[in-house]
Amino acid sequence: MSIFSLTVIASLLISSIRSATPLVLAALGGIFSERSGVVNIALEGIMLIGAFTAVMISYSSGSAWLGVLAAMAAGVAIAWLHGVVSIKYRADQVVSGTAINILAVGLTEFLLAKFFGQAGQTPNVTPATLPTWLPLHGFTQQVTAFAWIAAVLVVLTHVVLFHTPLGLRIRAVGEHPRAADTVGINVFHMRYLGVLLSGALAGLGGAALSVGLLNSFTDNMTAGRGFIALAAVIFGKWSPFGALAASLLFGFADALQTQAQIIGLKVPSEFLLMSPYILTMLALAGVVGRSTPPAASGTPYEKGER
Amino acid sequence: MAKVLEMVGITKVFPGVIANEDVHFDVEQGEIHALLGENGAGKTTLMNVLYGLYAPDGGELRWQGKPVHIGNPNVAIRLGIGMVHQHFMLVPPMTVAENIVLGAEPSKGGLLDMAAAKKRVRELSEQFGLKVDPEAKIQNISVGMQQRVEILKALYRGAGLLILDEPTAVLTPQEVTELIAIMRRLVEEGRSVIFITHKLKEVLRIADRVTVIRRGRVIDTLYTKDATEDGLAEKMVGRKVSLRVEKDEARVGDVILRVRDLTAANNRHLPALRGCSLEVRRGEIYGLAGVDGNGQSELIEVLTGLRPATGGEAMMNGKSLLGLNPRAIFARGVGHIPEDRQRRGLVLNFTVGENLILGSHHRQPFSVRGLLQGGAIDRRAEDMIQRYDIRTPGTKTLARSLSGGNQQKVIAAREMERDPDLLIAAQPTRGLDVGAIEFLHRRLVEARDRGKAVLLISLELDEILSLSDRIGVIYEGRVVAEVPGHEATEEQLGLWMSGGSTGRRGEAQG
Ligand SMILES: Nc1ncnc2c1ncn2[C@@H]1O[C@H](COP(=O)(O)OP(=O)(O)O)[C@@H](O)[C@H]1O
Ligand SMILES: [Mg+2]
Repeated sequence: MSIFSLTVIASLLISSIRSATPLVLAALGGIFSERSGVVNIALEGIMLIGAFTAVMISYSSGSAWLGVLAAMAAGVAIAWLHGVVSIKYRADQVVSGTAINILAVGLTEFLLAKFFGQAGQTPNVTPATLPTWLPLHGFTQQVTAFAWIAAVLVVLTHVVLFHTPLGLRIRAVGEHPRAADTVGINVFHMRYLGVLLSGALAGLGGAALSVGLLNSFTDNMTAGRGFIALAAVIFGKWSPFGALAASLLFGFADALQTQAQIIGLKVPSEFLLMSPYILTMLALAGVVGRSTPPAASGTPYEKGER
Repeated sequence: MAKVLEMVGITKVFPGVIANEDVHFDVEQGEIHALLGENGAGKTTLMNVLYGLYAPDGGELRWQGKPVHIGNPNVAIRLGIGMVHQHFMLVPPMTVAENIVLGAEPSKGGLLDMAAAKKRVRELSEQFGLKVDPEAKIQNISVGMQQRVEILKALYRGAGLLILDEPTAVLTPQEVTELIAIMRRLVEEGRSVIFITHKLKEVLRIADRVTVIRRGRVIDTLYTKDATEDGLAEKMVGRKVSLRVEKDEARVGDVILRVRDLTAANNRHLPALRGCSLEVRRGEIYGLAGVDGNGQSELIEVLTGLRPATGGEAMMNGKSLLGLNPRAIFARGVGHIPEDRQRRGLVLNFTVGENLILGSHHRQPFSVRGLLQGGAIDRRAEDMIQRYDIRTPGTKTLARSLSGGNQQKVIAAREMERDPDLLIAAQPTRGLDVGAIEFLHRRLVEARDRGKAVLLISLELDEILSLSDRIGVIYEGRVVAEVPGHEATEEQLGLWMSGGSTGRRGEAQG
C-alpha cells in the first residue's frame, strides 16, 4: 500500500486528531495556569483522576456527559489543592505537582478496586457522544465529540487570554505580579482562577480519554499524556493555537507510530515515538524559535516583599 | 493652602528594623514636596504605607482632612493617589497602552477595547507633554520612556497626588530637566507631587518644601527657600559632611591603558563601540562621561574580557588585553568595580567573607591543595571589614542581606586590595548614600595618589566633575571630546553628551 493513498491519509489524519484531543484540552489548562504564574505539572495526575471520575459517574448514573462534568469538577478539586499548597503556602510548585501525580495513581487504583470490585480495568461504559442528527456525524463519531469541544475551547481560550480585560490581568500576574498588585489586581485570585481552570480542562482531557476515545478506565491510562501536554504548552509558546499545533504534531507522531506497519514505514517505531520530545528539546533550546515562559511562572507571590 | 494629605505619627516595623517611627508628613495642594533621606532611611516604606502596600503598625492617614484607611492600592487609586515606584512596575512583554490601562481597562461587549485605550493614552500624552508610543513594548523602550509610561499610568487613573520614588536616579541630565518641567505642569494644574530623592541639588532645584528623614524619623520639614545644600546634608546624614572631594594636583606618569579605534558589538549584534580611543595614565583619574547606552558598558566588558572586540586594540602596559579571559586580565593588574554590583560584583548567596576573597580564592593562603581554608579567609575578611568600614554583623553574613552601600564597599575592598595598576570603576556610587559616596571617592583618590590609573565611568556628571583629572565624553561608541578636569563645565559636557559640537577632539586626541 502506498503512503499517499487517500484512505491512508484520512485514517492518519483522524487518528492524529484523536490522539491530539486530550493533549489539547490539558494543554489549554496548562496555559491558563502558567500564564497566571503557577507551574502545573499535576496535569498528568489531574487527567488521570478526571478519566477515572468520568467512568465512575458515567457507570453509576448512566450518563456519560454527567461523567464528563464530574471529571471537570474533580479536576477543579485537585487543582484547588495544588493552588492552596503553591499559592497560599508558597510551597515549591514542582514538588506539589509531583505529589499530586503520585497520589493520583494510587488513589485511582484504590478507588477502582473499591467501587468496581476488580483490579486493573473498569467494566465498559457508554462513551459520550453527540446526537446523530447533527451534521458531520460520521466524522464526529470517529474523532469523538471532544475534538469539537477542544476546537471551540482553543478559540475561546485565545479570546479570553488576549482580548478580554481578564486575560490581560491573568497574563500580567504571570509576568510581573507586583506590578499587577500595585494597580489593584488581586494576584491570588487571578492565580487561583488560572489553576482552577487548568484543573477543569485537564479533568476534561482525562474524560476525553476514558469516555471519549475509549469506554473504560485502565490503571494509569494517561501514561504521560499530561507531561506531553505540558510539552505542547512550551512548544506552542504558551499560546492556545500554538499548543493546538504542537498537540496535533504529537498526535501525528503517535498516529504514525501506531500505523507504521500498515503504511509500511521502515523507520523503527521508537524513533517516531521519540520525535515529539526531540522537537520539544529543540524548541526549548531555541532552535525552532525562542520561547520565553511567563516571567513569574513558578515563583510564589508574597505581598509586601521587596 | 489646603492640605491634601496628612500622615500622622506613622510607625512601620519590619523584623529587626523600625523603618518608620512616629513620622509626621503632610502635603499641600499644588506643591512639590521633597522627601529627602539616605538609602534605607525609610522613604519608600513611608510611601508604600500611603499607597496601601504596607499596613502601618501605628499612626493615622488623613485625606483632605478626613481620616482614611488605605488597606490596598485600590483604595489609594480611588482617592487619587498615584505612585511611580523606584523599580518600575511595568510588564515588559506588554505594550505601553496595555500597561497604562491594566487593572482599569476600557472594554466593549466584554472584550478589551484597545483602540479606546490607545486613544486615551495619546490624549493624555498630548495633554501633559509626555511623549510615548502606545504600541511599543516596554522591553524595547528606554528607561526614560518607561518612566513617562509610569507617570501616564497614574494620570490615567486620575491621580491628584503623584508620588515619584527616586525618579531621577535613572535619567540623563536632559531627561531630568524634562521631568522637572512635567512636575511643574502638574502642580500648576493644582495637583501635588511627592518627590523622593537623596540628592541635595535636586531638592533645592525642584521642590517647594522638603522633609528630611533619617533612620525612619523625621528630622525637619522646611521651605527650600530657607534651606542650603550643606544644611540639608547635615540633617540627612546626621553629621557634617564634606561634599567636595579633597585632592591634590595629579602627578601623572606613563600611559597604562591605551585604547585605539576599538570596535565591538552589543548584545543585539549592532555596533556599540565604533572606533573608541582613549589613554589612561599612571596617577590620574580619567572620567568617561556619557548618556547611558553610548557604548560604556561594552567598553568595560571588552576591557575586562567579558565581550570580544571586533577591531582595534587595547594595550595595558604595552601588551594587548584583547582575547584574554577575565582571570588573565586580572592577573595583568586590572581591577574592576562593575556597574551592576548585584549581578556582576557579588555572589549574593555567598558570605561576605567569601565575596571578599573571590578571585583570589584559588590562591594561597585561601586555598591549599584545592581545599578552601576557612580560617585564613575569615582572618583576611575581618581585617578588610575593619579597614573598609563595612557594616556587617560578621564575615559569615550573606552578601544579599547587606545594604547597597555596604555591598559596594565589599566589592571596592576586594578590588582595591589586589592593588591593580588600572582600576575600572563603573558607576561606583550608584544608589549609595552620602557617607558611602564620600568613602569610596576618597579610596579612588588614594589609589590615584599611589600612582595607579583609574578609569571612572559614570552617568553622574557631578561625580565625573569632582573626581576626574581628565574627562572624556563618549557618544555613539566614540570618545568625541576630551578636556582637563578643572576646565570642564556641566553645560559643555552635557552638550557633547547629546552629540552637540565635538570641539577639542583634534587637540585632545590628535
Ligand atoms: N519589605 C521589607 N522587609 C524588611 N525590611 C524592609 C523591607 N522594606 C524595607 N526594609 C528596611 O526598612 C528600611 C527602610 O527602607 P526603605 O524604605 O526602602 O528606605 P529608602 O527608600 O529610604 O531607601 C531599611 O532598613 C530596609 O532594609
Ligand atoms: Mg527607596
